[in-house]
Amino acid sequence: MIELDNVSYGHNGSALFSQLNLKLAPGSFQFLTGPSGAGKTTLLRLCYADLRAQRGKVRVFGQDISTLDRDGVAMSRRRIGVVHQDCQFLDHLSVAENIALPLTVAGRISEAAANLKELLSWVGLAKQSGRFPPELSGGERQRAALARAVIMSPDVIIADEPTGNVDWEMSQRLLALLVELNRMGKTVLIATHDLTMIRSLKSDVDARVLRLKDGQLTVAGAVL
Amino acid sequence: MTALLELIMGDPQADRVVPPTGITAKLTIFVSAVMAMLAVIALALSLSTGRVADRWADELSQAATLRLPADPESASAHLLKALEILETTPGVASARALSSEEQQELLAPWFGDDLLLDTMPIPQLIEIVADDAPYDPEGLRARLAAEIPGAVLDEHDSWREPLLAAAKRVRFIGWAVILLIGASVAAMITLAAQASLSANAQVIRVLRLVGARDVYIARAFVQRYTLRSGLGAIAGVVLGLIVLQVLPDSGGFFSEIGFVGFGWVWPLIIPLLAAVVGFFATRSAAFARLKEQT
Repeated sequence: MIELDNVSYGHNGSALFSQLNLKLAPGSFQFLTGPSGAGKTTLLRLCYADLRAQRGKVRVFGQDISTLDRDGVAMSRRRIGVVHQDCQFLDHLSVAENIALPLTVAGRISEAAANLKELLSWVGLAKQSGRFPPELSGGERQRAALARAVIMSPDVIIADEPTGNVDWEMSQRLLALLVELNRMGKTVLIATHDLTMIRSLKSDVDARVLRLKDGQLTVAGAVL
Repeated sequence: MTALLELIMGDPQADRVVPPTGITAKLTIFVSAVMAMLAVIALALSLSTGRVADRWADELSQAATLRLPADPESASAHLLKALEILETTPGVASARALSSEEQQELLAPWFGDDLLLDTMPIPQLIEIVADDAPYDPEGLRARLAAEIPGAVLDEHDSWREPLLAAAKRVRFIGWAVILLIGASVAAMITLAAQASLSANAQVIRVLRLVGARDVYIARAFVQRYTLRSGLGAIAGVVLGLIVLQVLPDSGGFFSEIGFVGFGWVWPLIIPLLAAVVGFFATRSAAFARLKEQT
């Protein structure tokens, strides 16, 4: 699905990580942990082609993204649902319109009506569909972001601290939704620094826990 | 090609994804209207000058004046001879000697109405009108010089040519002004579109993150500015035509300013041209900015 091969990336001359390798297998569930500033968000952005690797290769669905033009990147992103830490909504559009945005920009607006109602109920936002993003609570925004990420039925779902702004109960509901999507065959990658959240899901899903620290990505103590 | 078709066909949803931009929208419409109004006035001046110049050229190219020497003793004989020569010259449609009253009218601006022509040696004037296939002026001059020494054939070239050259220059300036107006509209729309693209950088980022292609994002801006420049130009054309209607009707050139016949097509296509300029200016600004924001 997504493959990072000896990828290096840094800011202002200092390397954030170098020669990093990662493979997201179809249908897998992975957590990406690490201290703040370790580069979790940067790693996720490399995975959905929002950043270009300074060295190495990033392959998305088998295609080297350095060879893709802007339209090619756009087409790849339609197969990746992203839940951003800050949700990234268009505040002048209603919640329903924001959730349907991936279908709208893909010219599949006719599918939106059918999918939207079901999706809004699934994330518990049926009553809030006509409201605008600034009127939503933190938990509602996260659920709306998740709904937007999955409306295109993407192959991969990438979530950056999806429970960062919500209480424990709400975080459990959101994670349950992601586990449900993984059971439906979606590949899931969640960046979080909350280890209790990972432990709470241990019995529900067979998840791999990746740790990003000091520029190295490890799993169960082994460098990838 | 498909991308261009998508841009032209439009998509109301694409327009919705970009928030409305109040002041930029109003300014674009206002500037487009003002420019279209100026274009209508410049067009009217240019076309009217052209019409007047053409008419002068037509009228004067067929008219000439023969001036006979002011010699009281041989005046009648010269007049008869001159008329005889002109009547037998191929290409001369008519030749008519001006009466004393007509000559007095011509001289009145310089000498006043009470001038007594009989007391002064005034050259006799003959008005000549040429056929569609005109006479040979050099041949006619040679015959006149042989028969009536001192007779002068004036084809009005000395003042017709500078007049036509001036009219041609005015017409050229008119079209140059219209081109400059078009370039100004393009520059203004490019700036407005760039400002709008910068103001909506976050919107563009979100659209990209959810898989929007450049053509989709550009379409939202292109549709908006094409429509604004077209609508502004419609208002400007109406205003321009009103201005032309209220010009003082004091006769002369002022009463000639306006559109006639096929000339009416020009003000009617100004909104279309403004929309086309808006379309290409925004499209090029949008794609350039989207490329920068990669």
